[in-house]
Amino acid sequence: MKLKKLRGDIDFMEKVEELSDESLNSCIQCGTCSAGCPFVEDMEILPERVFKHITLGNIDEVLEHNTMWICAACYTCSVRCPRDIDIAKIMEAVRQIVLRADIDMVDVDEVDNIEELPQLAVVGCFRKETG
Amino acid sequence: MEEGYLYYPGCTLKAKGSDYESSAMKVMEKLGKPLIEMEDWYCCGAVQSLAEDDIMHQIAPIRTMCCAQEEGEEELITLCDMCYNVLRQANDRMKEKEDDLETMNEFLDEDPDYEAGVEIYHLFHILEDMKSEIEEAVENPLDGLVVAPYYGCMLLRPDNVAVDETEDPEMMENFLELLGVEVLDNPKRTECCGSYHTVNRSDIVEKRVEDIVSYAAGEGAEAIVLSCPLCQFNLDFHQRATEFEIPIFYITELMALAFGLDIEMKNHKIDPRTLLKEKGILE
Amino acid sequence: MTPDEDEKNEEVEMVEIFVMGKRYKVPKGLTIMTALEYAGYKFTRGCGCRGGFCGACSTVFRTKDEYKLRMDLACQTAVEDGMFLVQLPFMPAVREDYDIDEVDPEERENVLLDYYPEIARCVSCNTCTKACPQDIEVMDYVQAALRGDVERTAELSFDCIHCGLCSIRCPADIKHYHMAQMARRIHAKYNQPESDELDKRVEEIKEGKYDDEMEKLVNMEEEALKKRYDERDIKEEG
Repeated sequence: MKLKKLRGDIDFMEKVEELSDESLNSCIQCGTCSAGCPFVEDMEILPERVFKHITLGNIDEVLEHNTMWICAACYTCSVRCPRDIDIAKIMEAVRQIVLRADIDMVDVDEVDNIEELPQLAVVGCFRKETG
Repeated sequence: MEEGYLYYPGCTLKAKGSDYESSAMKVMEKLGKPLIEMEDWYCCGAVQSLAEDDIMHQIAPIRTMCCAQEEGEEELITLCDMCYNVLRQANDRMKEKEDDLETMNEFLDEDPDYEAGVEIYHLFHILEDMKSEIEEAVENPLDGLVVAPYYGCMLLRPDNVAVDETEDPEMMENFLELLGVEVLDNPKRTECCGSYHTVNRSDIVEKRVEDIVSYAAGEGAEAIVLSCPLCQFNLDFHQRATEFEIPIFYITELMALAFGLDIEMKNHKIDPRTLLKEKGILE
Repeated sequence: MTPDEDEKNEEVEMVEIFVMGKRYKVPKGLTIMTALEYAGYKFTRGCGCRGGFCGACSTVFRTKDEYKLRMDLACQTAVEDGMFLVQLPFMPAVREDYDIDEVDPEERENVLLDYYPEIARCVSCNTCTKACPQDIEVMDYVQAALRGDVERTAELSFDCIHCGLCSIRCPADIKHYHMAQMARRIHAKYNQPESDELDKRVEEIKEGKYDDEMEKLVNMEEEALKKRYDERDIKEEG
């Protein structure tokens, strides 16, 4: 129900650009971001593909793949982008659109062995994956 | 501060990362500039919220900065890389965006206004200016110990908060050389350890750890040195998924050992004592 | 209203309040609780000690000229002209089950985080502290719990009366008062020294030392009991 509203009611690209203050049309699809991303192996579609889908309005492609949730906000892409796009901010914007639709990606009660984990990990994970 | 530095611990250094805090306290005491914990401080939030309209997640770091301001200090030191990154980014945002600062101050109406006058520094900024003091304080050079430095992400990215060259840093290498260790070139030293994925995607962290540790081991590393309690946890705890058993040290632990100080090292999964005894650093 | 009542009302200053949107005129100086009763409401929930100690009468309100949403106890708060209020007789917040013998903070460094993981979502907004009618530093004790500091959590939360107002607006959905109660129990069992006097008193009770006196009180006539209460020994304050 919530995802349906997400797909239908908002201009996704406009929202992403508003939340990130970055221009998606600047992307030239060079792939430098993917080349440097340490997590790209576990991403179902590459970062620059995500941006292309957003500009083309293929919201389902974005929401149904895990790319933005595998991103760990390590900023490698942002510092290397030859077009100076802050890619980490765009990923954050996509995550925020989902989280703000009251969709959490992690259940705080389902974390195994939370006591063994450093606070940094728990706090960081909840910040990036819960609304 | 005259007598030392105003110090922001962050939650993790009070719990799992206590080895970092305890060794850093002793090291800075020896160097004549003790770390003095803030009277009041708040969890920084671990990761910076990057959304343009998000003021709420800036509240926590700004509250802490306001506490520093109210203690009359303009410099705040952090040990933890992630805390440094968040505090620094939040602070910079308040400095650059007056509207955000105004909204923040209006929200924090029961507290004094934050004037964006506090500066955030990492331990490395401090050590950079204390190289001669470090050299002098070394009593037992850690000869024969071969280490790979590991920076991770948060100290070097994004560009505006970087403590050193983003792609080719050498600060840590310089500090380590003063301790007598043999420092390896570690090309993987700025690659992410997996960060908070350790919570529910430890498979991702395991891959990263395998990558980083195997490379360092391949170069001959006997130990890896870093300054972030989350990196330390990931590289240490998740190394069990690899064939290696390389101890992961906080830089201040090595410094303390070189200075001849007693340290606890109680939260290490891979016990560093075996290696240290082998090298004659510990009895 | 009779002419006599009318006259009486003229002498007493009245204020206008809105209870769930409905307008009433009540005498100034009454508490929200007594004002509601004046207006004809009968409390079957959300009323307890009437003395600011049981946390039953949580009330949310706005005053005429202020935009802020305020929270307080109905029995302790005076009505104001233009007050717009509603009562919250219950806070939905489930208390986590635990075995007191399995939560030694020495062995379990982050035990509070384990039972209440949502405390890691705290954004330090301070909404909880602002809502607290007991002036407790609620945000500070949540932060202490996040750090694994059971003692500080217990100490800061000592005055908590479980009214629940802290939890109702928390953006992180934290159950402050339940978490703090667990901290206090852990602290009492594992950190605090044992009390020999308490052990002795419990023994005395079990042995029946106070049975006769209890029997007498239970069987006393109401008037005699009231008299006995009024004439009891009270320790001077200060």
